[in-house]
Amino acid sequence: MAILSLAFKSLLNRRFTASLILLSIALSVSLLLGVERLRVESRNSFANTISGTDLVVGARSGAINLLLYSVFRIGDATNNISWSSYRSIADHPKVAWTIPLSLGDSHMGFRVLGTNRDYFLHYRYSSKRRLSFHAGGPFEQVYQTVLGYEAAKALNYRIGQRIVIAHGTGKTSFTLHEDKPFEVVGILNPTGTPVDRTVHVPLEGIEAIHQGWIAGRQLAGLQISAEQALERDLTPKALTAFLVGLKSKLATFQVQREINDYRKEPLLAILPGVALQQLWDLMSVAENALLVVTALVVTIGLVGMLTVMLAGLNERRREMAILRSVGARPRHILLLVTGESLLLSLVGIAIGLLLLYGGLLVAQPYVESHFGLYLPITLPAPREWFMLGLVGTSGLLIGLIPGYRAYRYSLADGMNIRI
Amino acid sequence: MPQTAAIQLSNLRFRWRQGLPEVLNISELEVARGERVFIRGASGSGKSTLLALLAGVNLPTNGEVNILGQAISQLNGSRRDHFRSDHIGFIFQLFNLIPYLSVLENVALPCRFSRSRRLNATRSGNTLHDEARRLLEHLGMADDDLIHRPVTELSVGQQQRVATARALIGAPEIIIADEPTSALDSDMRQLFIRLLFQECERTGSTLLFASHDKQLESLFERHITLEKINRIGQELG
Repeated sequence: MAILSLAFKSLLNRRFTASLILLSIALSVSLLLGVERLRVESRNSFANTISGTDLVVGARSGAINLLLYSVFRIGDATNNISWSSYRSIADHPKVAWTIPLSLGDSHMGFRVLGTNRDYFLHYRYSSKRRLSFHAGGPFEQVYQTVLGYEAAKALNYRIGQRIVIAHGTGKTSFTLHEDKPFEVVGILNPTGTPVDRTVHVPLEGIEAIHQGWIAGRQLAGLQISAEQALERDLTPKALTAFLVGLKSKLATFQVQREINDYRKEPLLAILPGVALQQLWDLMSVAENALLVVTALVVTIGLVGMLTVMLAGLNERRREMAILRSVGARPRHILLLVTGESLLLSLVGIAIGLLLLYGGLLVAQPYVESHFGLYLPITLPAPREWFMLGLVGTSGLLIGLIPGYRAYRYSLADGMNIRI
Repeated sequence: MPQTAAIQLSNLRFRWRQGLPEVLNISELEVARGERVFIRGASGSGKSTLLALLAGVNLPTNGEVNILGQAISQLNGSRRDHFRSDHIGFIFQLFNLIPYLSVLENVALPCRFSRSRRLNATRSGNTLHDEARRLLEHLGMADDDLIHRPVTELSVGQQQRVATARALIGAPEIIIADEPTSALDSDMRQLFIRLLFQECERTGSTLLFASHDKQLESLFERHITLEKINRIGQELG
């Protein structure tokens, strides 16, 4: 104890260098924990991209493929599913609700999703959070659209503006549905999910803009105006996929099997949670790489401490000799120098935690509103405690290096004071 | 029980390493308890080496060093360290103080490492800092302003008095002073030595005072000239 109070006073005496070391350790610790928090929370948020949905149904392909195009709007469906198949599953007695999804068009690089008003009612993300409106409300007519937060922000769209949808999903498309513009009636709040980058239109709207189109091309001389289209039957003939909510979770596997065994059409029903987990595991390499980088940053912080301690040691040989002459034993010298490193690491960790929580307090609203990522301010998780323990232990072990050198010096020098 | 000598050497030989020439060869030296001995020797005559042997920092190549009846070479390193911190107080030439400790903390420092000196210092019921203050007062450092100043701002003379108080705290039996006055001007030296004598008398400590300054010699009751007792020096001379 006596020695640790000496170590503390000695550090106080060198407060300038000591505070620089503290700063570098504190920053690296807060970076480490910050990255860990972001990693865990983005993983959670990823796993919560879609929640409350029991099954995702599409044409038969792979589970991850279906998840990618239906939930993440990445890639394209291999095949569509027919409206009649959709209706017969939607009318299944165990199904509580369905959300039809029709993809294939885009607007300025943002995917256009044809759906119905059930989307705004039943779609859930994160921990069962429902979509809410930043401005306006859901679409009510065929030529109306609801924009995701990011899409509206990036394109600087306001309620009442009219937009034209392009055929196909490329960023620049040469075939536009210019004759049938959509009025923006709603903008959603950020969710941190692909919903933010989606342009939502009614299924009937998708159907209407494709009147007079066959196989992705407008038939020559067959111009059907927006008004004319409204008079036609706009019931879709096909869907890309649909989401299913069941009345009881217990029926999940049974209904899944029934859909997979559906006779009239090859369908695939997946549990979104399982597929999300599989997808995330694909990305764990990047995740680990990030963690490795921050671990390296912490290492650099600690090596900085080692450098400063070693560099200062020679000047302190006099101090060690005086301590020896008043009765300090070589192991006290070892303890003094190692104790300094330990103190620096521990205080660095404490300041790092303060920085982390301060940063979280400041960043939380911003991150939530801009990235839809909610960062909870909670006590460190066991894994984070473990990381902190590792940093502290490394600080102690690294401190043993200058400690041991001081120990050797004090054995060699004895009480001979060297200037 | 007859009191043992403070220091007793016999047939002491020392070389730094195997193969190097001998530095010290002293057949006999005895210092009684309470004696004040002036050890004179030019720099390089082996004075500091002798003091290191007396302190048990180094062990003789041959012969025996007995301090207060204890044969030093029979103790292992850690026991020697204990023995030294319990029984010996040191004063060095210059910059003796730990810069990051206060005056009182510097004085009380040996008591952090030696239980017996801590017990001695607090025997009268004083706290360590009271005792440190008392010693400083005896050495003419009673001024509160001085005591609360950072040690690095004290004059050299004041620093040496703080170092002396530190050597004396807890009444160690032996005080070893290695050129403690060489940084002081001559008026200060006389004063410093008088104060040192006073305090050694009060605690009954034996004083070994190494210096090359002949002027101070007359103040001591016993003088040892290292060149005379060290056979190596004679051969060289």
